[in-house]
Amino acid sequence: MSILNSSNIKTLEFDVLVIGGGGSGMRTSLELAKSGLRTAVVSKVFPTRSHTVSAQGGITCAIASADPQDDWRWHMYDTVKGSDYIGDQDAIEYMCSEGPKAVFELEHMGLPFSRTENGRIYQRPFGGQSKDFGKGGQAARTCAAADRTGHALLHTLYQNNVKEGSNFLNEWFAVDLVLNKFKEVTGVVAFAIESGEVAYLKAQATVLATGGAGRIYASTTNALINTGDGLGMSLRAGIPAQDMEMWQFHPTGIYGAGSLVTEGCRGEGGYLINKDGERFMERYAPNAKDLAGRDVVARSMVLEILEGRGCGEDKDHVFLKLDHLGADVLNAKLPGICELSRTFAAVDPVYEPIPVVPTCHYMMGGTPTNIHGQAFKLSSSDDDYIPGLFSVGEAACVSVHGANRLGGNSLLDLVVFGRAAGLHINEALKSGGGVANCDNDDIDLALHNLNKLNESSRGYEVSAVKKELQEVMQNYFGVFRRGDYMDKGVTALTEIREKIENLHLKDKSAAFNTNRVEAIELQNLFEVAEATAISSLQRTESRGAHAREDYPDRDDENWLCHSLYDPTTKVLGKRHVNFEPSQVDAFPPKVRTY
Amino acid sequence: MISVNIYRYNPEKDSFPYMQTFEFEKPKRDIMVLELLNQIKEKDPTISYRRSCREGVCGSDGMNINGKNGLACITPLSTVIKKNKLDLRPLPGLPVIRDLVVDMADFYAQYEKIKPFLQNDTPVDIGERLQSPEDRDKLDGLYECILCACCSTSCPSFWWNPDKFVGPAALLQAYRFIADSRDTKTAERLQNLSDPFSVYRCHGIMNCVSVCPKGLNPNEAIGEIKSMLLSGKNKENIIASDAVS
Ligand SMILES: Cc1cc2nc3c(=O)[nH]c(=O)nc-3n(C[C@H](O)[C@H](O)[C@H](O)COP(=O)(O)OP(=O)(O)OC[C@H]3O[C@@H](n4cnc5c(N)ncnc54)[C@H](O)[C@@H]3O)c2cc1C
Ligand code: SF4
Ligand code: SF4
Ligand code: FES
Repeated sequence: MSILNSSNIKTLEFDVLVIGGGGSGMRTSLELAKSGLRTAVVSKVFPTRSHTVSAQGGITCAIASADPQDDWRWHMYDTVKGSDYIGDQDAIEYMCSEGPKAVFELEHMGLPFSRTENGRIYQRPFGGQSKDFGKGGQAARTCAAADRTGHALLHTLYQNNVKEGSNFLNEWFAVDLVLNKFKEVTGVVAFAIESGEVAYLKAQATVLATGGAGRIYASTTNALINTGDGLGMSLRAGIPAQDMEMWQFHPTGIYGAGSLVTEGCRGEGGYLINKDGERFMERYAPNAKDLAGRDVVARSMVLEILEGRGCGEDKDHVFLKLDHLGADVLNAKLPGICELSRTFAAVDPVYEPIPVVPTCHYMMGGTPTNIHGQAFKLSSSDDDYIPGLFSVGEAACVSVHGANRLGGNSLLDLVVFGRAAGLHINEALKSGGGVANCDNDDIDLALHNLNKLNESSRGYEVSAVKKELQEVMQNYFGVFRRGDYMDKGVTALTEIREKIENLHLKDKSAAFNTNRVEAIELQNLFEVAEATAISSLQRTESRGAHAREDYPDRDDENWLCHSLYDPTTKVLGKRHVNFEPSQVDAFPPKVRTY
Repeated sequence: MISVNIYRYNPEKDSFPYMQTFEFEKPKRDIMVLELLNQIKEKDPTISYRRSCREGVCGSDGMNINGKNGLACITPLSTVIKKNKLDLRPLPGLPVIRDLVVDMADFYAQYEKIKPFLQNDTPVDIGERLQSPEDRDKLDGLYECILCACCSTSCPSFWWNPDKFVGPAALLQAYRFIADSRDTKTAERLQNLSDPFSVYRCHGIMNCVSVCPKGLNPNEAIGEIKSMLLSGKNKENIIASDAVS
């Protein structure tokens, strides 16, 4: 294979590149479809194979179906509290107040929501939901299509993109960002997986909608393709990442397999039990019980296991009990869960409880953006953006989830901010915004890593290094964290870095070379893992999903802020949290109990 | 020991496809076929196949497993292995790009042909369109399709006419929109399927039903479409005549 450079690869030119065909990317492209701008959606898998398809429980939004009195401000309150007060309140306000519009739009597009008797969208209770600013008891605010909401949402978005004639580059893999001499993003270098052909995809606006990176951990609910490619690309380009220590561990991953069992199970009345059959969440969260925040439930489960009350031979998991709901409810409301549980746990929830453990689920951190999806520079100022670069969805940190995401808020984040980014880009490009051209050298620089892999004649094996990385993250940066362990983890990562830079690509062929894809994915995983490790070590407090044994308390004096990881210096800086919503008073930090 | 025979073909090197055998220690616990493939790929990273969700919801890893189409990720080895032998081949009837990866262009083109999106020109001012739970129930067994192509690529009629016969997967989706109380284009949808090929090439062979990993029944949906075409009745003119009487 000859060395790739700017003169031997072709250029495909667009106005807007949306990297990612999941819910967030396809909502962005849908917004742009009618704009007349030349938009391309680049996705490494056919869009309906994106991870959004796996979302089960629903999309949380105050559409006032289950409760006609419901109010987006209550949803906002829950989300701020859930975030442990480092969610940006302007963004949360925007999401919660714009949410109903976005959900009704999905319905109009054809999303097959489950229905109530009076024909409205069905809503179920999820964790961390309350009425009347925490004073009115449990709310039911998660709009659902049975337990296949993500599938229904993703297919609906794809269908409407087909309707509007969106342009897809399916099974194209984005490798690295191209930046010009002004450090503006001018597109990406990418290759068609089917043919191996490499191209420079040039654009005035590049949107990273590449999803999460749960595969940095050995045990995760995430799809195999969730390798944080967008973040890998931006970190390699020296662009900062925010709140990377904040990883959500979902309480109910199927023991052994990692597949998710939706929180909707507990919303419908299921609960967790330990080996004595005790409903232990009554002890840890007397009010919300099994529907406390996810971080709270996950930690309680680990404590039960550590104190010897775990289930099974090794006492290393707990049970989720559903059988008391009866076969009818389970088949109507949770059919997908019954299927998964029979397949992956060999357990029929109609008769037996499902073995579950906290499992890595969601990346709260990501590329810092404002509500228009514009990516922030590494700077303390709030209007310092990276021209040409945008991010939406799980890859972005806008930040509505802060230190802990509430269930059902991600799907809402995807459609609200996907739409917002589309609107903004349309306006900006039409009023003359855009970026300067890059030089050939800039393209060559972006091809460097790919060339190096293609030229490798020996070195480390992709699959072995990936396992090593995942074990380190699992062991040192899990549900509970400790400075001395994390130190060891960071040292281990330094050793892995050397391997990452010297991977051996065994298969050099062009057509559908998944070895090449996996090698680059591993490099991206590594960047995300390192950002996670360093951020976790340096945030010396416990907040939301970040629980440290050596710093067990929340420290608002020093850490009521975002962390901002600088990949060039590997130092953690701080960014202030927004406490300035425009339509309501800000919610001040309080002690967070459920 | 078990032997896993995998269909290999790399257009750059191979003039013809061939089967490659991997000998494997029989796994102690029952594993999914995808997990087995992943383990083989650790040894030989040149094997290509698609996969994403690893839990049967994304539709990436449809393949022919010991003669039957299915999703590798939710097919337990114990249910398919025969005499300690397992054959893995690409989905039949579509061009092979490499190894277990097929070119799905024809399959997606048929899907697009049926206009797979809700059509309803009546604007809604505020809120959602209402739909009764009974009407919503009519979409169950239809909307869950994951476009894995296991059905269409097991259908002899689709093999012979992948460009003209819409095939079970897309017909199931055609019916999903016909059945949706919110969609107002039933007559047009039926009209688009009324030529001799689109639907009528289905001869009720039922392969599609027996392979669908999501337990869906394209044959039944096709039957509904055929009877609507024959009777000229559909939900729109039924509603209209109800309104008159
Ligand atoms: C099992 C599970 C259940 C969940 N359930 C819920 C729920 O009920 N409610 C809720 O709100 N949230 C839920 N979540 C979270 C939510 O599903 C995700 O956060 C969300 O779907 C992410 O969407 P996205 O658009 O950001 O990215 P994704 O859907 O992950 O899409 C990423 C896209 O980027 C593309 N891509 C990535 N890298 C590259 C590259 N290098 N080149 C080209 N393309 C690339 C991929 O092909 C893909 O199209 C769940 C998550 C899991 C794991
Ligand atoms: S029933 Fe029809 S669609 Fe299904 S396999 Fe047979 S011929 Fe094909
Ligand atoms: S109908 Fe079933 S087999 Fe056919 S594409 Fe859909 S999910 Fe796959
Ligand atoms: S990997 Fe998604 S269906 Fe098998």
